[in-house]
Amino acid sequence: MVTASDDQKYKLFTRRAGLISGGMLILTSGLLGRLYYLQVIGQNQYKLLADKNRISLRLLAPERGKILDRNGHDLAINRTDYRVNIIPEEADNVEETLEALKAILPISERQRRRILKAVKRQRAFLPVTVAENLDWATFARVNINIPDLPGIQPDMGITRYYPEKDLLAHIVGYVSSVNEQEIGEDPLLELPGFKIGKNGMERILDQRLRGKAGNSRVEVNVMGRMIRELSRNDSVSGDTLNLTIDRDIQKFTADRVRDESAAVVVMDVHSGEILSLTSTPAFDPNDFNLGISQKKYDALLNDARKPLTNKAVQGEYPPGSTFKMIVALAALEAGVIDDQEKIFCNSRYEIGNTTKHCWKREGHGHVAMVEAIAASCDVYFYEIAGRVGIDKIHDMAARFGLGRKFGIDIPGERNGLNPSKGWKLANRGARWQGGDTANVGIGQGDVLVTPLQLCVMTSRLVNGGRAVTPKILFPEKGSSLELPEKISYQQKNMDIILQGMAAVVNRPFGVAYALRETEKGLSFGGKTGSAQVRRITKSERDVRVRKNEEKPWIERDHALFVGYGPLENPRYAVSVIVEHGGGGATKAAPIAKDVLGYIFAKEQETPSKKILASAGKMHGSHGEDI
Amino acid sequence: MAARLQGRRYSKSLLQKLSELNLLIVVVVIMIAVVGFALLYSVAGGAADPWAKKQVIRFVIGMFGMVVIAVIDIRVWMFLAYPFYFLSLMLLVIVSVMGQTGMGATRWINLGFMNLQPSELMKIALILALARYYHCLTKDEAGQYGRLIPPLLMIAAPVILVLMQPDLGTSLLIIAGGVAILFCGGVRLWIFIVGLMAMIPAAFFAWNFMKPYQQSRVLTFLNPERDPLGAGYHSIQAKIAVGSGGVHGKGFIQGSQSQLNFLPEKHTDFIFTVLAEEFGLMGGVGLLGLYIILLAYALIICMGVRSQFGRLLSFGMAVTFFLYMFINVAMNLGMVPVVGVPLPLVSYGGSAMLTLLVGIGFVLCAAIHRDTTISRGGAFA
Repeated sequence: MVTASDDQKYKLFTRRAGLISGGMLILTSGLLGRLYYLQVIGQNQYKLLADKNRISLRLLAPERGKILDRNGHDLAINRTDYRVNIIPEEADNVEETLEALKAILPISERQRRRILKAVKRQRAFLPVTVAENLDWATFARVNINIPDLPGIQPDMGITRYYPEKDLLAHIVGYVSSVNEQEIGEDPLLELPGFKIGKNGMERILDQRLRGKAGNSRVEVNVMGRMIRELSRNDSVSGDTLNLTIDRDIQKFTADRVRDESAAVVVMDVHSGEILSLTSTPAFDPNDFNLGISQKKYDALLNDARKPLTNKAVQGEYPPGSTFKMIVALAALEAGVIDDQEKIFCNSRYEIGNTTKHCWKREGHGHVAMVEAIAASCDVYFYEIAGRVGIDKIHDMAARFGLGRKFGIDIPGERNGLNPSKGWKLANRGARWQGGDTANVGIGQGDVLVTPLQLCVMTSRLVNGGRAVTPKILFPEKGSSLELPEKISYQQKNMDIILQGMAAVVNRPFGVAYALRETEKGLSFGGKTGSAQVRRITKSERDVRVRKNEEKPWIERDHALFVGYGPLENPRYAVSVIVEHGGGGATKAAPIAKDVLGYIFAKEQETPSKKILASAGKMHGSHGEDI
Repeated sequence: MAARLQGRRYSKSLLQKLSELNLLIVVVVIMIAVVGFALLYSVAGGAADPWAKKQVIRFVIGMFGMVVIAVIDIRVWMFLAYPFYFLSLMLLVIVSVMGQTGMGATRWINLGFMNLQPSELMKIALILALARYYHCLTKDEAGQYGRLIPPLLMIAAPVILVLMQPDLGTSLLIIAGGVAILFCGGVRLWIFIVGLMAMIPAAFFAWNFMKPYQQSRVLTFLNPERDPLGAGYHSIQAKIAVGSGGVHGKGFIQGSQSQLNFLPEKHTDFIFTVLAEEFGLMGGVGLLGLYIILLAYALIICMGVRSQFGRLLSFGMAVTFFLYMFINVAMNLGMVPVVGVPLPLVSYGGSAMLTLLVGIGFVLCAAIHRDTTISRGGAFA
């Protein structure tokens, strides 16, 4: 039965099968070794990789801080944006759903193609925007019809909105999409649809308004679909900014100068709080939020009246006669003149070998200080400027805030120019001349100011000599309110200046006597100015000086006025510049009067409003200085 | 003595045979299958559908087939070996002709209740046929070169057909199973040495015949980071799943790689990664341990079988089983390129499950009929 051959075969089989079995054992050990290598030695590395696969960190965008006026009115808010999305995987047929949606809201052929293209490109569970910025009625109708619109998902997003449109465009600014250069370390900026401040306060206070991103760790599957949230850190909303601006005053002012290329600044003379800061024409910041069209933007850029410039802080103008208070105070303080000495004006003033002129061709005759200010006699100021010298004028102008920035929280603030001997040598390479001083004496020549500086100057003149600085934001809670330092001068000299400013409006010889107090409660003073844009040539003067109305707009004088009110215990300062507006008394002063009139009327109506409270508080605290 | 042998040989009743079924093997097979059910339940996110339930049904059917095969007299199988081989070959030809004539490039024939892959049948049939061939040769005859030609042709014919499908994994399994029988059947040792050396030029030759996707798989195996989102993706994600399982695993139905679909083919070829991720080193070593017990016992059995046919048959089946297991696990662990080989008794799929249970059926059959002697002529002696 069991043959020798069988036995041999069996032995061979056993040998060789044993060999193969050994090989199998070695290979299996290899598997075990590999398992040990991956799961014991490599486990931490692979756990990390598995988590990287599974966990996705999603940023939660913070709510941008609101910007409010002093009474809590909204100036920049976040508005719910009603949108409709479609989720392709939940729609049986995307085209059919869109067709059904057409009955509720219009979908153009171009939109339809864009949507279908996006549907094809994206993963099926990601929403595709169908329409945005819907009104509530349409949005509600979509919601009601949801059962008949498979795949449609109503959605609410947040967009920045400026309810006052162009009213505060220059101050508040606007937000817009992040561009590539701006992407920095803050990962928020890479969030789709995230907007950052591009102009105004939105830009310079962007960090405060932005808030802090939150995040949510979510588990995702291989397709990136969210399975569940693992943990969440909520975002921190940005700070709310409370402006000192009074929306109503701002609105009144802006409407008053809507048709001009003008700037108006209104300030509380004691606290420096800016109640209104207007620059016209302006633009609607809402246009920039969603991306302005090139055509619209070009129109803004090419407008000769420069709507994109904030003239109130960026515009530098010769102050004209509004500078005369500085010159007068410098002269009084230096003792080179007093309020009694009269100077004769025959409309001509010789200095060196040139002749300077007074604006009044027939001359003012003999004038003393108060009348010289009120009637704005140029010859008088040529003379006293020459007597006191540029050094002291420069010094006095500096004390009243001219020639420097205040660091207000509005971008683009300019220095203006408070000229001096050193400045001329450094910048013009020439020595200061007597003629230069005469020009500065009437606020022409090299001196340049911004409307904001003029308003600060006026405040400091009328507030009892406190060096207030302008504020647009209420200080953060907890910061101490310090009384601004005192500007040193003799009170009797300041009284003369104030008499002059009061006389401008209230005395028959004042240039703005036409605007005198006729109705009870509208008492104010100030100083007009008309700044030459173009030098009047000798030949032109020989023939006849053209009236402003006869010149092309761009060559007309700038009309200026700095004012304050009420006359007793002044509380508000106003500066007005109407570019190429002509005469200060006829063009700028009425604007200031109307604005002050509006403020007083508003106070009467709402005596309990903050405007009174804060002004009264400041007033009471150092009332003895006045 | 002779009478007792005679009695054993002829008078084993069905009940006797059933009682002689190797219980250890049956228990281990069930344990491995249960691991598979659990994993299929897990990858479905904790549901019997769509995989676990079907797999249980198939396993029960397969177990029944396994027992039937085990109790049928081994001489019947020897008698049927060649016809079975030719039937399988015919089916393979039919499948490739169908594929060629554009009636759909399929690898299977629809039997109504399941899809039959002739290449799976062939794995069994080839071992049966080769076992019979070497059973009928003496040791000296087995060493003759002329006698080497028929078995080589028997291997080459199906391999060529399967390569045409093209299915590299299965053809390698067929070759390896066949060569193992040749080796144990008595082919001279130096032929294997020459053959091994010949594989180097053959590899070059094969490379040129490979389809681009096969070449890409080999290249990607050598460097998975070459294409992390494409061909290398499977390999990298599988390694992450296994490695991140650590020693204790992430817990049943807790594997992030498998539950979040980062794993490809997680219910079929890459099911071992699910085990390794959710049950960690413990789970992986545990399953490999079950396989080792099963194989070790199968090898012990075939050493004790009296007939050369039974020895070669059971050994061939054990080697085939091992190859499935090794190639699949090695692929899951990123040790070999990705080839379509399932994890025995665990991966979802009917054909492979049936093949493997049939194979184990033959091992059990050899065990029950270990004392049956069969003449070289092949007839009932």
